[in-house]
Amino acid sequence: MSRQRKNYEETKQYHFLQWLFGKEDYLNGHIEMKEEEEEEIIEDTAQFSDEVQRKRIYERLYNLDKNREMKFFNKIYAVVSVLFCLCFIGIMLLAVSYLPRFGEASNPDNNEVSERYIEKGQEETGAVNIVTGMILDYRAFDTFGESNVLFIAACCVTILLRTDYSKKSKEQKKILRAQNEDRNYEPKNDVILQKVAFFLVPLILIFGIYVILNGHLSPGGGFSGGAIMGAGLILYLNAYGFAKTERFFTSKTYKVITVGALSFYCLAKSYSFFTGANHLHSIISAGTPGKIISAGLILPLNICVGLVVTCTMYSFYALFRKGGY
Amino acid sequence: MLGTSVFTNYEEVTAVILFAIGFSTLLLHKNLIRKIIGMNIMDTAIYLFLASKGYISGRAAPIITNGVMETEAYINPVPSGLVLTGIVVSVSVTALMLSLTIRLYRRYHTLNLDEIAILSRKGGK
Repeated sequence: MSRQRKNYEETKQYHFLQWLFGKEDYLNGHIEMKEEEEEEIIEDTAQFSDEVQRKRIYERLYNLDKNREMKFFNKIYAVVSVLFCLCFIGIMLLAVSYLPRFGEASNPDNNEVSERYIEKGQEETGAVNIVTGMILDYRAFDTFGESNVLFIAACCVTILLRTDYSKKSKEQKKILRAQNEDRNYEPKNDVILQKVAFFLVPLILIFGIYVILNGHLSPGGGFSGGAIMGAGLILYLNAYGFAKTERFFTSKTYKVITVGALSFYCLAKSYSFFTGANHLHSIISAGTPGKIISAGLILPLNICVGLVVTCTMYSFYALFRKGGY
Repeated sequence: MLGTSVFTNYEEVTAVILFAIGFSTLLLHKNLIRKIIGMNIMDTAIYLFLASKGYISGRAAPIITNGVMETEAYINPVPSGLVLTGIVVSVSVTALMLSLTIRLYRRYHTLNLDEIAILSRKGGK
């Protein structure tokens, strides 16, 4: 029994669970997460004169006020780019002038595809909003890719901007903490902002939830509702500071919500596509169009997309401002 | 030489001019933040172009009202979905570019692209 336990602590599952609950960074030591260090210029005595000479050449070459060729090149560059843009406008206007007239029903892009979406859309997906029915049912994997684009962008911003306290020396830590505390205290005592946010933030969040939940009935959906909710969270953060938001939103929350929503999206839609393609009986029904619980998978998928967008917007802001959550 | 519809397709003409404005911002300004703004203007031009391609005059937005399900009642829903995709990608790309700009600023303490290029050469790299 005890041996099994010992083995268990070395398994991947154990590490994964530890990572999921935020106790241990599984990727620690596996990928590069280093902050930049100041580079020291090593002066090699043998190449010293060479180095000095090179530096002088560079100084002369890159002194923009005195370098005539550089100035000349910059002028030519500006003229050529303006000319290029004018040529571009001319060519594109020529192309536009041969396009079909604006707003006519006989245009070639109003073909059988859009006809089919409009005529059969409600019957097949159950969504009153045809655009939502299109992007979350017929082309659901396209929207899945979009959500993944957002997630990957958030990951890249995290890699670029996260300040990692654990790998710093004590003095560096002190400086970083002091800088961050400056930013923490800065907007905290703004009474006007706090009073306004006290009334506005709940309204904004409820409006965002309304837009997400009614995505299949009215204009809106996961992306717009998520953006509204993210804006509400950012307003809350600006008014009350990081100490309040960190009670409910940390990097762990972000990880769990985003990964959970994306996996649910992937699994649910895979099931629906699998049963649809093989003519199997699916437990998901379209329901009565116009009801709030209808349209099969569109409502849960809208919620997933909304969660991903909300968390991503908020984490963009938090990372840009502080380098963490 | 010009076709006939250049005086009727105001939306497409505006989109082309906006795109060129964004592109010239991208080319002419040295400041990285302004380059990013130019990129966003170009994105906006693309949305305008796509939205104007889907519009059919006199028809309603593609949300079924009163059970009318005829093609003659609604505009084309496909470009609307494409615009949505474009907006999401543009947000992600903007966030990525801004974070890269922050890293460059932290290292070189300037946003001017020419100065960054000179400083990186002087650094011997």
